[in-house]
Amino acid sequence: MMLIELTDVRKAFNQGKPNEFWAIQGITTQFEVNRITCLKGASGSGKTTLMSMIGCLSRPTSGRIRLQDRTISSLPERFLTQVRRHTFGFIFQRFNLIPGLSVVENIMLPAYPLGLKASCLRSRADRLLEQFLLADKASNPVEWLSGGEAQRVAICRALINDPQILIADEPTANLDSRLSREFMSLLDQLSKAGKTVLISSHDPVVFDSPVVDRVVELEDGLVVSGEG
Amino acid sequence: MIALLRKQRYFIDYTLGTMMRHKGKSLGLLTVYTIIIFMLASVMLFSHAMRSEAVALLADSPEIVVQRIQAGRSVMVPADYLQRIGKLRGVTEKRGRLWGYYYDPAVKANYTVMASEQDQLSINDIVIGEGIARTRGLSIGDYLTLRSHEGKAFSFRVLRLLESESELISSDLLLMNPEGYRRLFGIDESLYTDLVLSVRNPREIQKIAEKLTLLLPDSRPILRTEILRTYESLFSWRQGVMLILLLGSVLAFVIFAWDKASGLSAEERKEIGILKAVGWETSEVMRMKFWEGVIISLMAFLIGYLAAYLHVFYTSAGLFEPVLKGWSVLYPSFQLTPSVDGLQLATLFFFTVLPYTLATIVPVWQTSITDPDLVMR
Amino acid sequence: MKRSNTFFVCLLVLLTGFTASLVDVAIESGPARPQALESADLVSRLGLTDLSLFTEARYTRHPSQADIHSAFQDHPVALEHFPTGSLLQPPSGLLR
Repeated sequence: MMLIELTDVRKAFNQGKPNEFWAIQGITTQFEVNRITCLKGASGSGKTTLMSMIGCLSRPTSGRIRLQDRTISSLPERFLTQVRRHTFGFIFQRFNLIPGLSVVENIMLPAYPLGLKASCLRSRADRLLEQFLLADKASNPVEWLSGGEAQRVAICRALINDPQILIADEPTANLDSRLSREFMSLLDQLSKAGKTVLISSHDPVVFDSPVVDRVVELEDGLVVSGEG
Repeated sequence: MIALLRKQRYFIDYTLGTMMRHKGKSLGLLTVYTIIIFMLASVMLFSHAMRSEAVALLADSPEIVVQRIQAGRSVMVPADYLQRIGKLRGVTEKRGRLWGYYYDPAVKANYTVMASEQDQLSINDIVIGEGIARTRGLSIGDYLTLRSHEGKAFSFRVLRLLESESELISSDLLLMNPEGYRRLFGIDESLYTDLVLSVRNPREIQKIAEKLTLLLPDSRPILRTEILRTYESLFSWRQGVMLILLLGSVLAFVIFAWDKASGLSAEERKEIGILKAVGWETSEVMRMKFWEGVIISLMAFLIGYLAAYLHVFYTSAGLFEPVLKGWSVLYPSFQLTPSVDGLQLATLFFFTVLPYTLATIVPVWQTSITDPDLVMR
Repeated sequence: MKRSNTFFVCLLVLLTGFTASLVDVAIESGPARPQALESADLVSRLGLTDLSLFTEARYTRHPSQADIHSAFQDHPVALEHFPTGSLLQPPSGLLR
């Protein structure tokens, strides 16, 4: 069953200017549901750009991206946000937690615009904290967290709206190998629980991990191996 | 609907959290903002209350005062002018007033000396305002010595003090017997300082004033409406002095607020990127920032206004006293009757809360319409 | 939700203060108080025309009685020569 389908996707930066640069130069591939797919490649190969387009953070310059039966590459900004909010959960390279807020507030952040009942939202967050062994840290400021804890908070935040697809951009860049393996096993659990996971990484702990179902290798904005 | 309200509450929660991150900066901003509003509101409340107080106090002042102008100078009015006016229709009462100034070198103050028939003072008795009593350290039964036009010293006994509640009009008044007044200043029986006419129907006042200038070509009638108008413009002028003083601080604040609100730091930019990446819409980011502006400016407005209210009406506008006092030695101590002009208040609200809130939103709007993928880079 | 609750409590307190100030205005400016009557009596009895607020000089004491051509009176509203009046002190001989 196909979930995400890319057709000749291209992306240019600074288009029309002297420093025009094509980060993605025509990618056609599919990503299946309930799998862990790893985008592998050196920095500058276009992994992040591709992921941000799939995650509705940006739009391709040309080409088409379909999410199930919707073409998301041509949706206006407002609808992109709706799609992003309900379908994707993001885990960033530098975790990107908001300083000054507590752990639980950071986790609830993506759900704020939904206007859920406070107690309902809180219990949802508490369940995630429980699941990721962070229950005792709930009201700590995020500045106090260790790298591994911050990573788990970032996962909780990505999961708060119960998205189908998790997008992790270089998730292990700031973790040591033990924590990286731990992270991969967490992803495995999530995949078993029905999530589709997309990771970009050039860390062998990630792309050589047994939990990864498929590795797509990128180079200079083109897929060089692992085409679906 | 409830979801919408809950959403706003989450935004407020969030924005308060980020504001607490730079506690010093946020509190500093709130303090400066509050002080500015406090000063503006104080000026506004004070001048408005003063104006309405003046209008209320002087509502019973004479409808028409007649001065005599000779060679371009105010001079005493001959008593027979009262006869020359004769029976003007609409004039219910006419009488001459005797008043002037007395400079007291002992305290370097000017007193307003008035002759009062109704008080039925004996020739050696005086009634003084609280201001004189305070400045000279006089109380009932004490003697005040005034030097006459011939250089002779006259001693007057203080019979009573004027009510301290009326200080705003009576602080520097010194009332005495008309005969004593004439003797002190060497003024002939046939002269008055000016004349006052009472008119029952206010619509006739203008007509009567016109008749007066025909009847007495060297006279200058002053109408009550002119007196009241003087006080209305007077305070807006005084207010102008304070506004000039305030202008500098307001400008400084505008620069400060602009810098704080509009110059988004890299940190804030990134924060907006994160919010958009985790699924916030542009409008939601702006709503959140809107609350930040509203919280700061609404708090500053309310605190500043309340402080100004207490300052003006319950501490007698102590901060403005030096400005109003100027060179005067006798300054009345008075308590203004609380009064608030709704329109003025609304103006203050819209000129403070609105611009600040806009200044916080606009730069966010510029940032948040850009692609949210900048957090990924 | 703790922070927004604190904010709402603060806001409520301030709004109560705001309302109280308006109520205060309504009460105080209601029926004439005895001291107001006292002042009104004084004004009509003596025919007072001005507030004793600016007592520093003869020409400022009764601004409403000043005519257009008296000293320091360009017009009834201008009480001093601005800005000279605020830049220059009175002659030093007078200050002693």
